[in-house]
This record gives sequence, structure tokens and C-alpha cells, in this order.
Amino acid sequence: METGTFPTQGGRKPLGIIQAGLAKRKAAETRFKTYGIVAIAAGLVFLAILFISIVGNAYTAFQQTQVKLDLYLDPDVIDPEGTRDLDVLSGANYAAIVRSGLQDQFPDVESRRDRRALNALVGRGATYDLRATVMAVPDLVGETLTVWVPADDDVDMLLKGNIDREAAEEGRRLSDQQLAWIDQLESRGRLAKRFNADFFTKGDSREPESAGIRGAVVGSFYTMLVTLLLSFPLGVAAAVYLEEFAPQNRFTDIIEVNINNLAAVPSIVFGLLGLAVFINFFGLPRSVPLVGGLVLTLMTLPTIIIASRATLKAVPPSIREAALGVGASQLQTVVLHVLPLAMPGMLTGAIIGMARALGETAPLLMIGMVAFIVDIPQGILDPATALPVQIFLWADSPERAFVERTSAATLVLLFFLIVMNALAVVLRKRFERRW
Amino acid sequence: MYESEAKLAEPNATMRSGVGNVRATVPREHRQTVGNTRVDNPRIRCNKLNVYYGDTHAIHDINLDVGNNEILALIGPSGCGKTTFLRCMNRMNDTIPGCRVEGEIIVDKQNVNSPEVDVVPLRARMGMVFQKPNPFPKSIYENVAFGPRIHGLTANKAELDEVVETSLVKAGLWDEVKERLDQPGTGLSGGQQQRLCIARAIAVQPEVILMDEPCSALDPIATAVIENLMVELRQNFTICIVTHSMQQAARVSNRTAFFHLGDLIEVGETNELFIRPGHQLTEDYITGRFG
Ligand SMILES: Nc1ncnc2c1ncn2[C@@H]1O[C@H](COP(=O)(O)OP(=O)(O)OP(=O)(O)O)[C@@H](O)[C@H]1O
Ligand SMILES: [Mg+2]
Repeated sequence: METGTFPTQGGRKPLGIIQAGLAKRKAAETRFKTYGIVAIAAGLVFLAILFISIVGNAYTAFQQTQVKLDLYLDPDVIDPEGTRDLDVLSGANYAAIVRSGLQDQFPDVESRRDRRALNALVGRGATYDLRATVMAVPDLVGETLTVWVPADDDVDMLLKGNIDREAAEEGRRLSDQQLAWIDQLESRGRLAKRFNADFFTKGDSREPESAGIRGAVVGSFYTMLVTLLLSFPLGVAAAVYLEEFAPQNRFTDIIEVNINNLAAVPSIVFGLLGLAVFINFFGLPRSVPLVGGLVLTLMTLPTIIIASRATLKAVPPSIREAALGVGASQLQTVVLHVLPLAMPGMLTGAIIGMARALGETAPLLMIGMVAFIVDIPQGILDPATALPVQIFLWADSPERAFVERTSAATLVLLFFLIVMNALAVVLRKRFERRW
Repeated sequence: MYESEAKLAEPNATMRSGVGNVRATVPREHRQTVGNTRVDNPRIRCNKLNVYYGDTHAIHDINLDVGNNEILALIGPSGCGKTTFLRCMNRMNDTIPGCRVEGEIIVDKQNVNSPEVDVVPLRARMGMVFQKPNPFPKSIYENVAFGPRIHGLTANKAELDEVVETSLVKAGLWDEVKERLDQPGTGLSGGQQQRLCIARAIAVQPEVILMDEPCSALDPIATAVIENLMVELRQNFTICIVTHSMQQAARVSNRTAFFHLGDLIEVGETNELFIRPGHQLTEDYITGRFG
């Protein structure tokens, strides 16, 4: 060994060996980088495809074809006695008023059959809107209102190019006569695609033109609220106890293993559990956000506990020693020093767990949150659906107009998920600590 | 050096389980401490103290007194158990999973190494400065104010301010940080952090201060400040200091204890021990022949 005290390959100088191997190392590094870039590019491509296909289907749902009608609020039809009693106003035949408003546009349509075909151009939602307007302001009775009412979904699909005018009349959802009326309305400026506010302000409906996601969004909101309020404190408390206070013994080992197992349990199993325990045993009502939240809490809890324990573990022991060393109690150490340092990580874990819960469908199906619910839930005990369940329901509906609404609802769900994940990133960045 | 060890070993010595290579090749039993381990009226008295980390027997059967108003220096090669011994005094070893402390530590006629003893007042009485600086990731002010605050020592903000200032002055840090008390303690240099930790420990006015190499990251001037602080504190308090600097031990301490591989080899008046070491290992160590 002439070069030094250590044996080297064939007694060569270490620097020579290093130089000789350098090219190989560089090549390996370049190869590895290429793999990484390819993987990321593939991921981005799939993401782009997903977004393009969803947005491509969804954007038309944010517009809805509407018909401009002059509706004479005939006192003889609505309130013949002139009492303005809300019961009378509520029971009145608003459908007749909408119909006559439409027939005013085509006075020469006489036969019953033709009138029915004409009436089919306007969606049924207009009737309910009109009732709500009159009930809110009874003095309107006797006046003439000019309003845009949603057109039937077939008309909407025609304007959006989803119905082929050239197809044979029998195979088409709109007759030649109806097409003619539509063209006339359009030329008079009484038929147009306008912003679909109903999509954001209404609950579910059998009629696509008046189906909205408000009910599902509010249902999801209440469900998430219950989930967050239960799973975050419980998860953090469990993690803090296990990590900071519990003695390390076989019992805590078993608990740890079981929590990890729970995190891997398919979500539908939690749905079955919720059905058996909360609904059948405790007798809580079906289809309500409270039960949905409880079930999703069960599902999210292990995730939050695991994430919280990981962040607690990441707090350097020297910080605990420093606090204990001046005589802080275990609780003071945890509350004053460990928790503040671990909180951003815990919040991130909670938000990611919540994002998962927000997109969860299967357990909610089990506890009946899949019912057809028109009313917007007012609290955690009102029947409700959730966004992903609404998507599932619409995807299952035959009408063409529900296809775009399915995509639009997916887009809304993705929007919320992206907001939540961005929030997690912001929290992490903002509260990042050095030590 | 092994000769002296071999001489002390019992003929029928059995190997301890879990010991490292060095000890495996030199089987030996507990070595008798040279010098007088006892003092009159001790502040702390350790009887037959043994510490195990899992299967590793880290310190063996140590008997040692720490007197009132004295500075006891703990010296010895790296890994000999100085930190472990120091951490027994305020029960910090409780926080290490798998660590077991056996034996008695008598403070005020009470064995503080029994599980019934509440560690909170014990640790308030025995302040500790750790080997690695560990300021809280909070402001400099909060770092020092933490102890007085959790124990409720001060009545109002003015008093707390005074405690913080006094502690920082004593630790020789005040002039450097008085303009930026609200900045994070973790933003200080290593030596400044160490002095911040000293300030944090003395802010609680402990009766005993356990210092684990408090000057390892300090320059000679800051070291002199800390040494002066120790001499000043000795008037009222008791100090245990771990140090790798023979000069420091000689300068500040009254008594010195020399540890080697978990045994207390020798203890005595500092002047005596450095001039006339009673054990071959001590002599080798203080003259720099190993360690
Ligand atoms: N947390 C621990 N777990 C297991 N073994 C430990 C632990 N801490 C210390 N030891 C072991 O106990 C023995 C004594 O360690 P200790 O830290 O007390 O040494 P020391 O004298 O302070 O050394 P240094 O001068 O390097 O700080 C060493 O052999 C060490 O490996
Ligand atoms: Mg040490």
C-alpha cells in the first residue's frame, strides 16, 4: 500500500478510482432524473385529461335555456275571493298562469294536443318559482310579471346541440311543430341561454332544468361539520394521550396496531357499522347529516390519529426535556410547547382526512343519505344527501341534461377538495418552525 | 492501564451482560471508589445508584455526596456515564423509555428516586442545563420567563421583567439580546443559546444547578462569565458540573469526581485529586494519557 494507510483496489490512488467511477455515477443520476421527469409528466397528463373531460362536459351546465314570458297574475285564478290568504295563495293553480303566459305567445294554437305540446316547452320549475314570488309579495296579484322561466331540458339540450334536428321526427324528443315554436321564440328574443343560477340555489329535482346542488352542498357541509367537530378533538386527544402520556406496554401496542388496521378498513364497512349501531341500535333517523358525520368520523379518526402521532413524534425530545427540566408538568409541557409545534401538522392531517371524507360515497349510501331529497337541509337532523352521493344519483339518471350536471357537480366537488388541500399547504407553510 | 483494572477484578469475575467490546475483553467487577465519597451534611446523597438502559448497565453502584454550597465537578472520558448520573438527580431519566434507575438519592432526608415523589417541585429545585442547547422556539423573553411563569413565582409583569433581566445578566447574555428580547431564541448562535438555557435554569432560582458541559460551545470570555456566575451562585446554591476541561474543573470546583466506564473511580477535594490522584486511571486521564 504505497498511497496511504488503507488498502485500495489494486493499490491505485483513491482519487484515480473516484475519477474513473465519476462518469458512471453521473449517468445513473441523469437516468434517475429522467425517470422522475417522465413520472411527473405522466401524472400531469392524466390530470389534464381528467380536468379537460370534466370541464368540457361541465361548463354547459352553468348555462340554462330560459323562456321570457309575460305572466298576468290573474286574480280570478289565484285568489278569486280577494282574501290574500296565504293558504289560498299557496294552493292556487300557478301552472295555469304559466301556461296561459306561454299561449299568449302563440294565440293561434287551438287544439288540446297542440297546447300540451306547447306547454311541454317550459319546465315545471317555473310554477314553483312563481308561487314563491307571489307568496312573498301578495300585492303582485293582478299585475303582469315579465320573467325568464327555465325551458324544458329537451329545449335546453336542443340549444346546446345535443339533439339532432335532422333526425327522423319519431326518433327525436321534440316534434317538428315544437322545433318551429322554439325557433319563433328565439327569433323574438324570448328564448336564450342564460346563467344557470338555479344550479347553485336549488335542491335536487326530477326535472334536470330545476335540479341544483345547493341541497347536496349544504348536506355535505353539515356532515363535514359534524365530522370535524367530533374527529379532530377526539383524534388529537387520542394521539396526545398515546404519544405523550400512555405507558409503553403491550396494551398500547395492541391499540396502535388496531388503529393502523382501522385506517385500512374499506369505508363501506364503516357504513354498515353506522347502519347497525347508530340507526338500528341507537335509533337515530336515517339520511341525516348527524349519522353521516358520525360514520365519517369513525372513518377519519384513525387517519387523524396517525397523522397527529406522526407530527407529535417529529417534535424534538429536547423541547420536552427543556420544559420538564424547569419543572413543567407533563400537561404543561404538552399544552404549552409540544402541541403548538405539532398543531400545523395535525391540522394538515385533519384537513386531508376531511377531504377524503368529503369525497366519500359508499358509507353514506349505507345509512340512507342516497334518498331523493328536494328540500335544502336546515340542520344536522334534516334528511340530506352529500355532494358525491348527488353525483352518483345524477350519473344514474337517464336524461341527457343530467350528464352535464353530473360533471358540473364533480367540478364543484373538485373545487372544494382543491380549496381544502390548498388550505393544508398554506397552513403548513405558514406555521413551519425551525428548531 | 488495564493492569490496574485487572488487579481490581475479582478472580471469579463474571462478564456483565450487554457491555461493550472494551469491557468484554477486560472482565471485571465493580471497582472500589478511591477517596472519600461522603461529606458532612450533604445536599444530595446517592446510595448504591445503578442505571440501566434496557440491558446496558450504564452506571454501577455509585455512592456519592454533593455538599451544601459546593461545586462538584464530574469528569471522565466520553460515554462514562456523567450525563446519566447527572440526570438521575432531577429524575430526567424518567423520560427515557427503557431507562431504569435503582438506588437511593436522598435530598432533605427524602429518597427522591421513589416513584411517589412528585418530579415537578423536584425539578424546580434542581435546575438543569443540558449538554445540547435546547431553547424553546419562542422569543428570548418567553424562554427565560417560562419557568417563573408556570410556577407562578412573580406577581406581575414588572417583577417578571426583572427576573428575566437579572437572569440574562447573570448568564452574561443581557448586553447581546436586550434589544431583541422578542426574537426567537432559536435564532441565537450556539453559545448564546447555551447561555440562554443557563438563564432559563437560574430564573426559577433552583437550590441545585445541574450543568452538563455548559461551556462546551463558549469562547473563553463567555466561559469566564459562566465560571464567575458559578462561583457567585455557590454562596447560596449547590452546583454539579460536567466538564471535559480539567482547567475548568480545577478553577471552579471544590470537589471532583472521576468516572470511568460507569464506575466512580475516584472522588476528592479538587486540589488533592489533581495534584495527587489516588488511582492510576485518574492519573492517566488528568495527565491526558487517554480519554
Ligand atoms: N438514551 C440512551 N439509551 C441507551 N444508552 C444510552 C443512552 N444514553 C446514554 N447511553 C449509554 O450510557 C453510557 C453513558 O452515557 P452518558 O451520556 O452518560 O455519557 P457521558 O459521560 O455523558 O458522555 P459524554 O462526555 O460524551 O457526554 C454510554 O455508554 C451511552 O452509550
Ligand atoms: Mg454527556
